[in-house]
Amino acid sequence: MLSIRNLHVQVGARKILKGLDLEVSTGQMHAIMGPNGSGKSTLAGVLAGRDGYEVTQGSVLYQGQDLLAMSPEDRARAGVFLAFQYPVEIPGVNNAYLLKAALNAIRKQRGEPELDAFEFLGLVRQKLQLMQMDESLLNRSVNEGFSGGEKKRNEILQMAVLAPTLAVLDETDSGLDIDALRVVADGVNTMRDPARSIVLVTHYQRLLTYVVPDVVHVLLEGRILRSGDAGLALALEERGYDWVRREARVA
Amino acid sequence: MSSKPQDLDALVGQKYRHGFVTDIESDTVPPGLDESVIRLVSQKKGEPQFMLDWRLKAYRHWLTMQEPEWAHLRIADIDYQAISYYSAPRARGDGPKTLADVDPKLLATYEKLGVPLHERARLAGVAVDAVFDSVSVATTFRERLAKAGVLFCSFSEAVREHPEIVERYLGSVVPYTDNFFATLNSAVFTDGSFVYVPPGVRCPMELSTYFRINAANTGQFERTLIVADEGSHVSYLEGCTAPMRDENQLHAAVVELVALTGATIKYSTVQNWYPGDEQGRGGIYNFVTKRGECRGDDSRISWTQVETGSAITWKYPGCVLTGANTVGEFYSVALANHYQQADTGTKMIHIGRGSRSTIVSKGISAGHGSNSYRGLVKILPSADGARNYTQCDSLLMGDRCSANTFPYMEIRNPSAIVEHEATTSKIADDQLFYCRSRGISQEDAVNLIVNGFCKAVFKELPMEFAVEAQNLLSVSLEGAVG
Repeated sequence: MLSIRNLHVQVGARKILKGLDLEVSTGQMHAIMGPNGSGKSTLAGVLAGRDGYEVTQGSVLYQGQDLLAMSPEDRARAGVFLAFQYPVEIPGVNNAYLLKAALNAIRKQRGEPELDAFEFLGLVRQKLQLMQMDESLLNRSVNEGFSGGEKKRNEILQMAVLAPTLAVLDETDSGLDIDALRVVADGVNTMRDPARSIVLVTHYQRLLTYVVPDVVHVLLEGRILRSGDAGLALALEERGYDWVRREARVA
Repeated sequence: MSSKPQDLDALVGQKYRHGFVTDIESDTVPPGLDESVIRLVSQKKGEPQFMLDWRLKAYRHWLTMQEPEWAHLRIADIDYQAISYYSAPRARGDGPKTLADVDPKLLATYEKLGVPLHERARLAGVAVDAVFDSVSVATTFRERLAKAGVLFCSFSEAVREHPEIVERYLGSVVPYTDNFFATLNSAVFTDGSFVYVPPGVRCPMELSTYFRINAANTGQFERTLIVADEGSHVSYLEGCTAPMRDENQLHAAVVELVALTGATIKYSTVQNWYPGDEQGRGGIYNFVTKRGECRGDDSRISWTQVETGSAITWKYPGCVLTGANTVGEFYSVALANHYQQADTGTKMIHIGRGSRSTIVSKGISAGHGSNSYRGLVKILPSADGARNYTQCDSLLMGDRCSANTFPYMEIRNPSAIVEHEATTSKIADDQLFYCRSRGISQEDAVNLIVNGFCKAVFKELPMEFAVEAQNLLSVSLEGAVG
């Protein structure tokens, strides 16, 4: 599904990713953990095609295609989804309208007929229920005046509606209270599917109490320094990151 | 889900859609201006004496005036002697009486413009008065309106057939001494629209005028007068286009609105005069004076404008709130792309007690465009409990354009409450990326964001025109980002 080889990325003169390798197979959920400044959000941004990152070396293949050569909208239409750490407010643009435009752009790409307003509303209502979100959120402007939790849940709602093949969730758990965290976690769990891969980028272990990944990676110093099963997340929670760094040096 | 999706693909590659010239025989007065030209224009139109006298008074006053220089605009000198002050499609015989008498080429022009003169108009329920260069070509739906007692005709016709109403109200809101361009208009105006809605009548349909400048080197000086008698209600829309020409053309119109006790006038404009090319050559100079007076108590005047065209736009539709508990509103979207310049805003003059006004202005600047909001809120000592709310938002696209806000407030009554909010934002790369990462193309994303920005104004437009305004905006903004 996703194959990252020796990825080097810099912002301006600052090197952030320094030879990152990552393989995510179809149907798997991977968690990428690391302290602040380790390059987690850079990785998420590069995968979605955000401006401002310079890839100096390496490759990213998504379903065999060169992901880095694609525009952000083409990536989305090909089934890549990024849940933003800081979802953007767009005043005056109806939340449901944006979502419908996005869904229909993606369906068009897949050769599926566009949904009309009624079909769309039916689909969204079903997903709203899943996310325990109020329908009034649909008629508000995109993320405008949303609480932190509402913004994150809105991201998960978008993911549920757009049904991506590869979902990258950038710190979706940050800034959530425990109830909101559970709702988001439930949302992520219902998205698990043999045909879908999910990459969770997170700072804390706490989301992983509710969502159990197949593989946990530690991102440190611009590279994946260690990978393991869900137990690794617990070890990080108990012992911090320093031991990973030390052991990597020894190795 | 109120806004309609736009088919951007269908619009791609379109520049100025209305830039064609109709090859039509016209009766054009040689360029130049003096009293004999004014007499000639007046005579051609068969005007009564009071009209000619008024024109001459205005002309003599105009000779004493200087062009204003206070606007935040770069204007090439205008040679008023190089303009032709009258151009009419040559009439067969005595001018068109019905649609059947109108030159088919003219009708074809209106078809191209999408002006629904024939049956389409009936479907849309819009009565249209079309002004081509200087004269009004046809007014549709006259009969149905007449049944309701509504008078809707060309200004020339009103001067001939309803001189008592014209004489009573003409210049009562915008006097012939008002300002340089309004005074010039008063001297040389050739046609325009006239509406009178009798007491207690709710006008049964939207009224609409389409203005078009076709002939080269002509100015268009139309004059519109709308009188809403006691307790009446009328909604009026004007649309404007012009062919693409390299030289600048002058458009100096005057619009006067009079709302008597309990009356409501809603005046909407979708202005798409030729803006000049991408290097700033050509385009219309749009110097317009628009003012309404809420003369009677409890009356209301609402201006909504979408200004996407013209090389230079210079207009401040205003409301004089004379009556008690009157309401003035101004909703504006002004776009300046390429080398366009817009200096626009409103004036709200509060005289009556309890008068209220709302101003919502959305300026969009792109390319090398310059967009200024200039607004005056004046509260006179008599206006106890007056209120104003002003919101001015500017949206910048790219880094070569500019936006300015010049709010003026003169408050002479301590019980007044005046609020002003202003924001300036850039179309954030973040917003674009967010939309694109959801599969929406860059162009659609720009339109989505701009339409969101303008939503508060678009929702004030009559339905069918709101869609047109959105389309216009997306065409005008093509290639503005990226």
